[in-house]
Amino acid sequence: MSERVVELEVLRYNPETDSEPHFQRYSVSCEEEWVVLDALNKIKETIDPTLSYRWSCHMAVCGSCGMMVNGEPKLACKAFLRTFDGVIRVEPLAHFPIERDLVTVIDDFVMKLKRVKPYLIPKQDKPVSEGEYLQTPAELKKYKQYTLCINCMLCYAACPEYGLIPNYIGPAAIALAHRYNQDSRDGGRDERQEEIAATEGVWDCSFVGACSEVCPEHVDPAGAIQQVKIKSMVDWYKEHLMPWVKK
Amino acid sequence: MSRRPYVREIPKFRWFFRQPRYLRYMARELSCLFIGAYALMMVWGSKQLADGPATWGAFLERLHSPSSIAFHVLALGFALYHTITWFNLTPKALPVQVGGEFVPDGVIVGAHYVGWGLLSLAVLYFAGAF
Ligand code: SF4
Repeated sequence: MSERVVELEVLRYNPETDSEPHFQRYSVSCEEEWVVLDALNKIKETIDPTLSYRWSCHMAVCGSCGMMVNGEPKLACKAFLRTFDGVIRVEPLAHFPIERDLVTVIDDFVMKLKRVKPYLIPKQDKPVSEGEYLQTPAELKKYKQYTLCINCMLCYAACPEYGLIPNYIGPAAIALAHRYNQDSRDGGRDERQEEIAATEGVWDCSFVGACSEVCPEHVDPAGAIQQVKIKSMVDWYKEHLMPWVKK
Repeated sequence: MSRRPYVREIPKFRWFFRQPRYLRYMARELSCLFIGAYALMMVWGSKQLADGPATWGAFLERLHSPSSIAFHVLALGFALYHTITWFNLTPKALPVQVGGEFVPDGVIVGAHYVGWGLLSLAVLYFAGAF
């Protein structure tokens, strides 16, 4: 296994002593097949134990290690060192306040997720004794891709609308709302529309498409948002031009 | 331990220089200005036509000026960019599921080009081109 020295420039911020963040340079010897997260772990173990960042699974499942790598939102566990030349700049996810070093404050995203009710709201409740809510493979396929979201928030860091309009509900929350709306077993669409068909919902999106480009799980939140726009528009026309047609 | 989250400011007007994909997006948005300007010119042209052969002739004459030709070349470039970028995005907004499978993106984009071609032929036909 070949090793080489990698230079990382990491944004540091200590809320107890710093008035603003600053970059700190580390030189660390890394193996060829390592990812940015491995380099950070090595720095923390051998050079600077005060460096703070979130991570857990190291396999692109938990969604904790999202950060800006050379200005691009990435999972640190999926960002291979060999794909970068020169000094690698590592910063906390854009558009989120910095708690400390690479750790961001994610309360805003969590609150928004809650607002869109990302869980099944069955059309009709039935007792367990009546068995499962059945679904065909085609019905599953309709929303499957949106179930792959790992809540990593890379899409929020990529979305300029979210950066400029913090109240915007944002890509992942809308994609998850859409996931349940598309589910044949679900009857909660009207409740979710209150949140996502509003100005701060899909209508704050101008289809930059950056969210889908950076999404590590190929959820395509931008697609979900445009589909919600079209469906909401159809709702509006039905309500205003054809009030006799039931939704 | 005290919490004192640090909020990074987003530059209100320069944000799109931070990423090439933001610049591409802005170019797509900008393209509608040229398409809008071209549409206005068409409306103005129809008015000149309605006003009689003399004004119509003068209008056509003005279209031959270098600045008008420059505008047309620019508008054509932006119109193509606008069309191609938006057509490429259509499968995201309009996925079609047939049975268990989604229709491939290329088919949906292709259908838009076919529609565009047919409409253009219809316009040319009514304009008496053949
Ligand atoms: S949609 Fe993609 S980028 Fe956004 S939170 Fe989910 S997995 Fe991450």
